[in-house]
Amino acid sequence: MKSTTVAFIDKIKISEIINGVPHGIAILDKDLCVVEMNNSLELLTGVTASEARGIRADFILRCNIGKSSKKFREVLETGNSLSVAGDIITQHHQKSPIHFTVSSIRDDSGKAAGLCIFLEDISVLQSVDGKEPNLDGVKDILGRSQKMLEMFELMPVLAHTDASILITGETGTGKDMIAEAIHRASSRTRHPFIKINCGALPEALLESELFGHVRGAFTGAVKDKPGLFSLAQNGTIFLTEIGDLPLSLQVKLLSVLDDKEFFPVGGVKKEKVDVRIIAATHRPLRELVRRGEFREDLFYRLNVLRLHLPALRERDGDIRLLLDHFLRKLNTDLGKSIKGYTSKAIEILTSYHYPGNVRELRNIIEYAVHICQGKSVKKECLPEYVFSPQEDSRTVGEEEKEQPGAGQTQSPGSPGGGWSDIEKEMILEALKKTGGNRSKAAKILGWGRTTLWRKLNRYSLN
Amino acid sequence: MKILITVRKNWVAPRFDLTSEVVIALCEDQHILGSPRTILMTRPSAEELCALIIKEGINTVICGGIEESHLQYLAWKKIRVIDSVVGPYAEALKAAVAGFLQSGTILPGAKQGGLNDE
Repeated sequence: MKSTTVAFIDKIKISEIINGVPHGIAILDKDLCVVEMNNSLELLTGVTASEARGIRADFILRCNIGKSSKKFREVLETGNSLSVAGDIITQHHQKSPIHFTVSSIRDDSGKAAGLCIFLEDISVLQSVDGKEPNLDGVKDILGRSQKMLEMFELMPVLAHTDASILITGETGTGKDMIAEAIHRASSRTRHPFIKINCGALPEALLESELFGHVRGAFTGAVKDKPGLFSLAQNGTIFLTEIGDLPLSLQVKLLSVLDDKEFFPVGGVKKEKVDVRIIAATHRPLRELVRRGEFREDLFYRLNVLRLHLPALRERDGDIRLLLDHFLRKLNTDLGKSIKGYTSKAIEILTSYHYPGNVRELRNIIEYAVHICQGKSVKKECLPEYVFSPQEDSRTVGEEEKEQPGAGQTQSPGSPGGGWSDIEKEMILEALKKTGGNRSKAAKILGWGRTTLWRKLNRYSLN
Repeated sequence: MKILITVRKNWVAPRFDLTSEVVIALCEDQHILGSPRTILMTRPSAEELCALIIKEGINTVICGGIEESHLQYLAWKKIRVIDSVVGPYAEALKAAVAGFLQSGTILPGAKQGGLNDE
């Protein structure tokens, strides 16, 4: 690290101050190299402050504001602040619109000592498609049934408290959307909303992801890494599938909830966090508590406020509303112009019991929109399983058997089977009809020969 | 193997879409063959750069920040992309040829780059 950089850090202890700000902040020295940056900027760039120190800021920020070095130097020399809109490429490869404010920092003698760059993420105010931004998040959640209206009434109340929330409900009922909507409507909306699936990672990795680790904590820990709790500072952390959280981590989570501080993996210094926790599960937590698989104390700690999302079959009148909504949306997305459903199709769709709830309904409509060649979705356009619904034999106790992705195999056209299975079937059907003639099959499918060839390769049908 | 690096002066360019200069190197058995070739783009454009990468038959791209759509496109074309690399491009090339370069690498030379490199 340069001597000027070290001297700067010695003079001013700024990291504590800037970490409390919900926007990205970078402090640069006279050579425009990074001296300090806060957690929000670490989250945006994917580079930690310790890695970035001593490196030219434009290589870390990856911004587009003209000749950024030249502009930064002008601010340094003139002392006049610069306020300009631009964008950066985030660590998740997204181009994020940012409002940059660059101001100079002077030392005691009035000489330029460095720069402070303030990056405000304006994506929430400037949606890419130019549509009105969805600030409350509730707009995307549809429902006119009594149960949903009661939930809509409850949501602002939940948003304006700071207590932990436990969201329960069957799979596909929209727990993630509700959690995000509560965050957007809360006072923490300008801070991060971070989601983690507790069932998706092995225990050791999950601990490191949640709480971070220090360099040398385990093999491969070559540098300090902030955990999701640190990155969600002042915001909300959404723990989905909380029922799958290993017991050892349940203890640690409970201590974070009680004390608002934790030790990173291998760390000796406690980190303080101010984070709201929203947890969700489709598993019956009480039953897990009874079987000793979930800590009772954590259950009561999370269960301060509880929101149960109704299954789609319990939402009177919402199925029709969602059918129309998804048809409109998929028409736009897939460039189709289907006007509606035939009365027979509506009858079947409204009487189906939707064990996969809204997610399944959407998949069914997506299937129908792809298959439908006319102006209305007919009975023939619907997947076969809709006509012979298997009895939903799940009971609360049996729901526990459901593990995300636990060896589920899906036959083509089954719920959640996806478009690729349907496409594969369509290709095979076309090839059967043409006796294996690819040119004719491609014609039937409305594709070029190359497209068919590529898809045959993709599905290993060659 | 043909490697393309997006460059700005002596550094890996911080952004793929704003790159106006690329260096192409041929390598075999962990050695660079001949001198790397420099190409100046008429204007910075991610789409034109993708077209150049395809036209030149590049196997590996080394770059700074890159948007998801371009990353996916290159992956679809079976081109390996080592992105978010920070540091002098010669060092990045050396590390890539030796097989050590990974996405997100901050090369040791990154902290020695001063105003002279610009």
